[in-house]
Amino acid sequence: MSGNGQLRGRTAATNPWVRPYVLTSGRTRGHGELLIHALVSAPGYDPQFAATLLPEARALYERACTSTESVAELSAHCGVPLGVTRVLLSDLCSAGRLLVDAPAAASPLDRNLLERVLDGLRQYA
Amino acid sequence: MASGSTLNHRPAHRTSVKLVIAGGFGVGKTTLVSAVSEIPPVNTDNWMTEASRTVDPLAVGDAKTTTTVAMDFGRITLAQDLVLYLFGTPGQARFWPMWDDLSRGASGAVVLVDTRRLAISFPAVNYFDADSDVPFVVAVNLFDGQQTHPLEEVRDALRLSGEVPLITCDARDRRSVAGALTAAVSHSLRHSAPGGRPGALAAR
Repeated sequence: MSGNGQLRGRTAATNPWVRPYVLTSGRTRGHGELLIHALVSAPGYDPQFAATLLPEARALYERACTSTESVAELSAHCGVPLGVTRVLLSDLCSAGRLLVDAPAAASPLDRNLLERVLDGLRQYA
Repeated sequence: MASGSTLNHRPAHRTSVKLVIAGGFGVGKTTLVSAVSEIPPVNTDNWMTEASRTVDPLAVGDAKTTTTVAMDFGRITLAQDLVLYLFGTPGQARFWPMWDDLSRGASGAVVLVDTRRLAISFPAVNYFDADSDVPFVVAVNLFDGQQTHPLEEVRDALRLSGEVPLITCDARDRRSVAGALTAAVSHSLRHSAPGGRPGALAAR
């Protein structure tokens, strides 16, 4: 998450010649694979920190600071490709700036979890 | 994890679960997600390329000229601390590598089929049958609100084993879709029960 001055402003959106993974220093994977439905939230917003980020990382950080959303939602709403989003979010989490609820920690087939989902769906229907 | 001095509070813990909505090209996945999602279904096509914006005229399958090129998803907040995401799989073969990613960590799947064009959903049925651990149900989308084929014929045609639930669903109808999702989660619950086979394919 270095604030490389040369790249500032040259985003995929403003400059079609910047390939997406330039933003991630060529990395295609973060520290752990974030599930697309993992919820991301922020412990607090730090405007000074935000100012040091490249536009894509900044957009993701600021969006996550305003609401708790999934990795996929952050990617779509900020217009940052999913793979790039994962790497940038991983960096922000490693830096302690964002928190990820790890849905994989518990089994997706956990009985209690599924029963709660069923209860919710019944009320919803 | 908490390294910054700004970490003075932690938001209330929330958990998310995911169901995958699979099926062939134009079987009604986007319609299904739209019927229940509390957010306008997010279609990643919108940010992959502006030039190929998705139109999804699913009511008339044959008239479908463009389709979802990547994934689309919706969200249902089931409780204050529990969010359900629905992820539609991309229909075209070139997006197959995404299926593993979409399915990873999923709590269940609904494979949607159109009885007028059953074959287009064969790959989705095969995927969940053979290549995935995610429990799935198959839902016949009632395009005109009518069931055109007996379910047993559909089961035979799809070569579906007896243990896979086969249901009907009107992808346009919120209650009907909620019923299909309920069927999928109920089926997953049976897999999580002792005697089920969670992780049966874990060695793959």
